[in-house]
Amino acid sequence: MIAYIIRRLLYAIPILLGVNIFTFTLFFVVNSPDDMARMHLGVKRVTPEAVESWKAERGYEKPLLVNAEQQGLAKLTDTIFFQKSVNLFVFNFGQSDSGRDILYDISQRMWPSLAIAIPVLLVGLLINITFALLIAFFRATYIDIWGVVLCVIMMSISGLFYIIGGQFVASKLLHLVPISGYETGVASIKFLILPVIIGVIGGIGAGTRWYRTLFLEEINKDYVRTARAKGLAEQMILFRHVFKNALIPILTGVVVILPLLFMGSLITESFFGIPGLGSYTIDAINNQDFAIVRAMVFLGSVLYIIGLILTDISYTFVDPRVRLS
Amino acid sequence: MRWLLILTIAVMLSACSDEPWNDPYSKALSGGKVVYSSFSERPKHLDPARSYSSNEYAFIGQIYEPMLQYHFLKRPYELTTLTAAKMPEVSYFDAQGNRLAEGSADIAYSEYRLTIKPGIMYQPHPAFARFSADAYEYHQLNETDLIDKHTLADFKHHATRELTVDDYIYQVKRLADSKTHSPIAGVMAEYIVGFSDFQEKIKELRSKSAPAFLDLREIDMAGLKKTDDHTFTIRINKTYPQFRFWLAMPFFAPMPWEADSFYSQPLLKKKNITLDWFPIGTGPFMLSENNPNLRMVLKKNPHFHGETYPVEGDPGDAEQGLLEDAGKTLPLIDRAIYSLEKENIPYWNKFLQGYYDTSGVSSDSFDQAIQFNATGDANLTEQMAGKGIDLMTAVTTSISYMGFNMTDKLVGGDSERARLLRRAISIAIDYEEYISIFANGRGIAAQGPLPPGIFGHREGDHNHYIYHKQQNRLKRKSVEHAKQLLDEAGYENGRDPETGKPLVLYFDVTASGPDDKARLNWVRKQFEKIGIQLVLRTTDYNRFQEKMRKGTAQIFWWGWNADYPDPENFLFLLYGENSKVEHGGENAANYANPEFDKLFVQMKNMPNGEQRQQIINQMIEILRKDAPWIWGFHPKAFSLFHQWYKNVKPNLMANNTLKYKRVEAEIRAQQQQQWNQPVVWPLWLIGIVLVLSILPAIRIYRQHEQRRAK
Repeated sequence: MIAYIIRRLLYAIPILLGVNIFTFTLFFVVNSPDDMARMHLGVKRVTPEAVESWKAERGYEKPLLVNAEQQGLAKLTDTIFFQKSVNLFVFNFGQSDSGRDILYDISQRMWPSLAIAIPVLLVGLLINITFALLIAFFRATYIDIWGVVLCVIMMSISGLFYIIGGQFVASKLLHLVPISGYETGVASIKFLILPVIIGVIGGIGAGTRWYRTLFLEEINKDYVRTARAKGLAEQMILFRHVFKNALIPILTGVVVILPLLFMGSLITESFFGIPGLGSYTIDAINNQDFAIVRAMVFLGSVLYIIGLILTDISYTFVDPRVRLS
Repeated sequence: MRWLLILTIAVMLSACSDEPWNDPYSKALSGGKVVYSSFSERPKHLDPARSYSSNEYAFIGQIYEPMLQYHFLKRPYELTTLTAAKMPEVSYFDAQGNRLAEGSADIAYSEYRLTIKPGIMYQPHPAFARFSADAYEYHQLNETDLIDKHTLADFKHHATRELTVDDYIYQVKRLADSKTHSPIAGVMAEYIVGFSDFQEKIKELRSKSAPAFLDLREIDMAGLKKTDDHTFTIRINKTYPQFRFWLAMPFFAPMPWEADSFYSQPLLKKKNITLDWFPIGTGPFMLSENNPNLRMVLKKNPHFHGETYPVEGDPGDAEQGLLEDAGKTLPLIDRAIYSLEKENIPYWNKFLQGYYDTSGVSSDSFDQAIQFNATGDANLTEQMAGKGIDLMTAVTTSISYMGFNMTDKLVGGDSERARLLRRAISIAIDYEEYISIFANGRGIAAQGPLPPGIFGHREGDHNHYIYHKQQNRLKRKSVEHAKQLLDEAGYENGRDPETGKPLVLYFDVTASGPDDKARLNWVRKQFEKIGIQLVLRTTDYNRFQEKMRKGTAQIFWWGWNADYPDPENFLFLLYGENSKVEHGGENAANYANPEFDKLFVQMKNMPNGEQRQQIINQMIEILRKDAPWIWGFHPKAFSLFHQWYKNVKPNLMANNTLKYKRVEAEIRAQQQQQWNQPVVWPLWLIGIVLVLSILPAIRIYRQHEQRRAK
């Protein structure tokens, strides 16, 4: 397995390099270093000298990809692309263009994001799987039909509607929880209840339908019929046999997103005033802060690759037939 | 299981409390003399040498103290002292250094003698902490020292010292240092004697070596002379009466060298402890919490120098209760808590629940909050008035306009043809309609570049090229008149005489959202009224700015917000020497009229008075005739505030008004309690419905289990 993981990690290097080139190209197609300088220096009374000075201080005065004025390898290394990319591969994200340490900011902002994402994932999984098993249990009854109809309705409603509706009902009409805000420690509970409930409810429709499909596919297999023939109770069949065998596709969906959980949710955090990482990248794009954009895209790619590797590893735990080689 | 128990206990405890359940503030943050407000965007800079936008001034205006400030109550805006002991004394000199009288023709220099009050102390700050007289505790930190330091509060020792003029001198030098990136360095280089030489010296020093801390005290600037610890002079080239207004802006706030030395340490920068994040001032408040992703908290500065509330104001101020606190020591509150609110819905609802003391009026909540009476005046709706909310309106000292690129062959230039074309378009674009549709009536159509509240603006005066008076009311000239002007310009029925096709013009504008689409369609339709086809060239702000710099735009949309209450700050936007294409200035229309420019130079250095007004009138007349801008409108700010929030008077120039605000915390607590009683019965109802819905499922399950095999 170790050889497999090392091989997968080596495969990741060209992927990350490609992602980095792609991010760099996209960013600088839209923004020039001059634009970035003007965005950071402000709109009023900015002189060309100030723009040049800003660029020189941050290394944006160099050519983008090829430095024709240099000789040999320096043609490629004395460029914005090389200078800004090389440190990423040792996870040194450096400072943002506004002068703040990126890793420190990420480490501060990831916890509020996790405070929402983890309960939403765990509670959501529990509820979705329970509902899906229930619907599968009552398959072909009116509970199944109306359950699916309800799921389709729920998944058709925009997430924004759940948020605004939830805030309106829980906070404005019933005055049960704060409409937005955040605190640390135990005091955070009253701020997290509503976004977590909304996150869970918002995911019920799609989650339950997906898991129901997985369970129904398993339920029609021969081993289930055999189990029934043996006289096992239906709930035993569902929880002991069907659930276990449906775990692989469930894991595929869940494990891959685990490392990405701390990246947060833009809309939820924005509406509930949660100081998480959700808006970090979007704010950086709006502020033309290339240092943050490249760091976050790079980090996102790394985490996605880790998620995929973890998924592969998790298969070996749930299905003894799977061997990584 | 343990966690579940803690959670249950926490919920039960919060339910037992008298506090409203939806109170967004923890015990540590609520109650007492606290102002609750919000911000929607993280301030980019808190360094007074760099900050130049209103959302940044909302914070640093309360922390840093320049020498002058605007009187809180008096109108027209009046400069008064802040840390200065008296208003600046200005002397004039010729090139040989001989003293001259004010207004002399051959003035080469003006000298501002500035004296500050003794005994003003800085807020407590680790930069001042010392081991001994000349050994600072935190100026040479190593990695071990910083292991447990993440904010200023983590430093054990905080100290203070008295403000001296050295700190003002240091700040002027910082403005010149290219490393500071001050946006006004270019302007000040024109005026302050020795500023440019100082910039060169610094550049040279930095090119030789790059020390983390360059002690600016050791490098002289010719125009700055210290007399004693409380007096110094600033020498500026020729005369520049507007300089006194700059002295009231945070750019000219004091900066102790200790702070520069402290914050220059690379290890602190790595920890994100910078001057741009942790300000240091002598003002009434200090930033005790800076987490712009959640909230920013201003706390009373324990060393504040005891300024008092003004004892006089405008007529009517006393009747409105604005002098109730006259003579009281400032600030009148202990803390101000600003929470980040990116979205309008939670922001507006929290205001209605009493968790914010003031609020703006967004277009989403406009109809809920405001109604217009028969005479067109804005009033509060019954719902708002019933909650004891008050409304305050003020025409801002800013202008939103459409400009013609005067270097453009078709719409620009000094020909009568182009002038008539521009005037015809100016008539066709019905800004009254625009204000009504897109600004909910919040604005007044501009008659020239000067907004109300700025010297030179004449109440009741109108642009006779665009309006005529009908029964004492201003009426925009008709579309027929605009068409006639177009005919005179040679564009009969809006058609280009060369091609015979409708005249095509190009409108460059930044646009991104769906609201912009409606707005731009409206603009297109205004041009259609006189037969002109308008091609919309929407772009992002970067490309737009580039077009403006290169002069490739034809018609554009822009605005200006006053830096200070002087007509020069608006009329310079049309001064030829400030043209954007040729000189990189703020004259985006690239307008150049020698007569206007001559009058501008004359007007710029004059004191306010009848003679200055006459010159301004002439300048405005030239502008109205040439029509380089479609004059647009001056936006009107609407703000709402609760009954417990006191001493509210719009002051569009001052940015340090928080110290005058007072809150009646008991009334606020009562209202919050009354407005936010939790309603629990729907939760029981939901529980019952859930239980009932499970019953049929149980029945089916039992039937299923008891069914015989077939």
